[in-house]
Amino acid sequence: MRSRQRRGGGERASPTAPTAWLALATLAAAVALLPIAYLFVRALERGPGVVLDVVWRERTVALLLRSLALGGAVTAVCLVLGIGLAYLTIRTDLPGRRAWTVIAVLPLAVPSYVASYVWVSFAPGLPSFAGAVLVLSACSYPYVFLPVAAALRRADSSTQDVARSLGDGPWRAFARVTLRQVRHAAGAGGLLVMLYVLSDFGAVAIWRFDAFTRVIHASYRSSFDRTPAAVLGLLLVLLTIAITLAETRTRGRGEPARVGSGAAAPAAPVPLGAWRVPACLAAAGVAVVSLGVPAAGLLYWLARGSSAGTDVDVLAAAVATTLSVAVAGGIVTLALALPVGWLAARHHGRAAVRFIEHATYAGHALPGVVVALSLVFLGVRYAQPLYQRTPMLVLAYVVLFLPLAVGAVRASVAQSSVRLEEVARSLGRPPRRVMREVTLPLAAPGVAAGALLVVLAAMKELPATLLLHPTGMDTLATRLWTFTDAGAHAAAAPYAAGLVLLAAVPALLLGGALPAARGARAPARAGRAAVTEQEAMAP
Amino acid sequence: MTMNAHVSRRRATARLAATAAAAGTAVLVLTACGSGSSGSAAGSSTAGSSAADQGGPLTIYSGRNETLVGPLLADLEESVGTEVAVRYASSSELAAQLLEEGEQTEADLFFSQDAGALGALAEAGLLTGLPEDAVSTVAAAYRDADNRWVATSARARVLAYDPDQVSTPPDSVDALLEPAYAGKVAYAPTNASFHAFVTALRIDRGDEAAKTWLERFAANRPQAYESNVLVLDAVDSGRAAIGLINHYYWHQKVAEVGADQVSARLHYLPAGDPGALVNVAGAGVIAGSEQEQAAVAAVRFLLGTRAQQYFADETAEYPIISGVRTTKHDLQPLEQVQGFEVDLGRLDSLDKTLVMLDEVGIT
Repeated sequence: MRSRQRRGGGERASPTAPTAWLALATLAAAVALLPIAYLFVRALERGPGVVLDVVWRERTVALLLRSLALGGAVTAVCLVLGIGLAYLTIRTDLPGRRAWTVIAVLPLAVPSYVASYVWVSFAPGLPSFAGAVLVLSACSYPYVFLPVAAALRRADSSTQDVARSLGDGPWRAFARVTLRQVRHAAGAGGLLVMLYVLSDFGAVAIWRFDAFTRVIHASYRSSFDRTPAAVLGLLLVLLTIAITLAETRTRGRGEPARVGSGAAAPAAPVPLGAWRVPACLAAAGVAVVSLGVPAAGLLYWLARGSSAGTDVDVLAAAVATTLSVAVAGGIVTLALALPVGWLAARHHGRAAVRFIEHATYAGHALPGVVVALSLVFLGVRYAQPLYQRTPMLVLAYVVLFLPLAVGAVRASVAQSSVRLEEVARSLGRPPRRVMREVTLPLAAPGVAAGALLVVLAAMKELPATLLLHPTGMDTLATRLWTFTDAGAHAAAAPYAAGLVLLAAVPALLLGGALPAARGARAPARAGRAAVTEQEAMAP
Repeated sequence: MTMNAHVSRRRATARLAATAAAAGTAVLVLTACGSGSSGSAAGSSTAGSSAADQGGPLTIYSGRNETLVGPLLADLEESVGTEVAVRYASSSELAAQLLEEGEQTEADLFFSQDAGALGALAEAGLLTGLPEDAVSTVAAAYRDADNRWVATSARARVLAYDPDQVSTPPDSVDALLEPAYAGKVAYAPTNASFHAFVTALRIDRGDEAAKTWLERFAANRPQAYESNVLVLDAVDSGRAAIGLINHYYWHQKVAEVGADQVSARLHYLPAGDPGALVNVAGAGVIAGSEQEQAAVAAVRFLLGTRAQQYFADETAEYPIISGVRTTKHDLQPLEQVQGFEVDLGRLDSLDKTLVMLDEVGIT
């Protein structure tokens, strides 16, 4: 049997990180850092003076504050909506809980630019900040809902019962016990929301809210000067690093995995009592804002206009292309995210691992156009045969969406107790078999969810797809852009509807995976059962 | 219990593996289909071409929308006799992409929505001079001094107005500063054509007066929108009384939803008013293009009567050569629209405009 090493004081025992995984994770980090290398080249090409000029502009400080305000407000709203809806659907006797679970995930299928366009026509008088917060919150709260709902399902509700039995009221028990149980999940989801908001262009452009991305775009658009855009991009990277570090702090210590003996008690739903009706209304209100209004807008445009004679072949080709490049993006991103997420969960004490994990997040707040231009710059010079071919587009999706998968892998590996792996090893399993037979099966649902998130995001992606797609190949998003850019909303509507319906498939899979977990019980428990049983059957 | 958990876990893993395998296969198949259909983007049919012996198709980066110029570029492919591949995106993003690609670019021709992007590429040395005889039909005001780009069509800045709110539209941009229009004027402050209007204002009246105009304009609480399309929507729905747009957006909207569905009307300001500026779309050949001959032939095609008639009829723009008139639209003759000259490709002038807008707080 292999000897184990103990690292870093209180850290849990674990075998040395396999070199192959470290190498793969390093590769993933290097890929994620590509845009930043490009930004340095561009930012510094006219000397450090220009950099300082841009940084010290009064407007840059205002931009920073405005972007943070927008990100903070949307994250706060998403935390309230995500945690609130997750609690209502998982822990209470809300009528129609399963349906609400699925509905709460579906807004991920609505691109922020589609929702913004509909909302700006529907409520043009809304101030730009309010409009941007409304739409971005409606589109991105599922990033909080999903991990929190999963965590609530897994967490033992009996601790909450204990708190109640010790005299806590329902609110107090919720605050003291339940919120703590979902802290990690909510933090990870909130981080994704924050970074997504910083990177989003569609919503801030349509609502005309001056955030980093809008000014970066304006810099390309009006003056064709890439240096200020690059400097602002680098500031955005610094901001991202600061935010990720802050989020890591909130993770704190403590084992998120269930390892206690005994069956997890089937949670007795908390009765809502008089709160039933307000709770239903709240859930319905969120659904109307995030799904109802965009759907009504699309139907209105579908029904209107003479240009709606849609070429079904073109639509079908766009669906096929969107599906293929997005799924390819999901698979490749997952392959690179697996080693990073696994190391981050199991070896987070090591500085190199922490660096790798943060590196994969560093560029996540960059607008798509910046990532696209960085791959244009590098691709045309160093990978000419792949330039404007499918692999380069897939690479763009990897760079853009790696953290979505890394976060999911890390969370799901962390939730399966390392003790189960120790048991397997102590019974003579070599590390590779432990990985294959214990770690991966335990983490599989979370890992698959990460891949689905990437597929969803890639389907909706526009700026990088426009610049990097193979010539003559269109996705639903690029077709949609073609028509909206020309003001042909009726012609655009079938593509918008097609995109939302197609993206609803991975969204439904994500939502559907939650009720399935209920039957299978907590993954950690089931996995443990699998190990013990295998061991029991072994001679 | 443990048995069940074990079995269900196994099953879940198997299902996951099967899904992944199926997805992977689908990707391979679909990608193969996708790459098979790529290549000739301008038209469904590839013209019997001599492209093969010249190495690669004529690649056009088009900042002009596919719904506007797609059919024209299909005609171009046929006329030039070389396979054409078109990549569509916004002009500014394509300009940034071309600047990043530098000499390595596969693009041969840049077809831009506005002159600013062409000016930027010319300044960066990415465009090559066009032969004089190819562009001689175009007035000097509508091409680069060194012929590195040439306008292919023109559009006028106009006022779109809501007849329910405005009975007689104003005859000067100065009227927009009056209290009667407070909060009722819609515009697109980040749009290149609005920037061109401000540049015209500066040239016409000097920087001091232009700045004062902008300050008073901003103080009159105009409604800002992200695009000309949204500005016209605002006027059409009555949210705004007057909108600053390019003339052809109105014609596009009429073509899209029908004349009876559009309540907004167009008003041309008199020649000499900076609000009556003429903007252009244009094209330039990329320096070092392996298809330079075909690219120049493409420019000749775009300046020929067939393409010019297309612009006049299908996109409701002004032809850039004389002798071509629209058969479909009610357009004021170009000569009556503009009363002064603006060097549309000059970036140093654009930079001053942007600084001024930033100072006034219009962004």
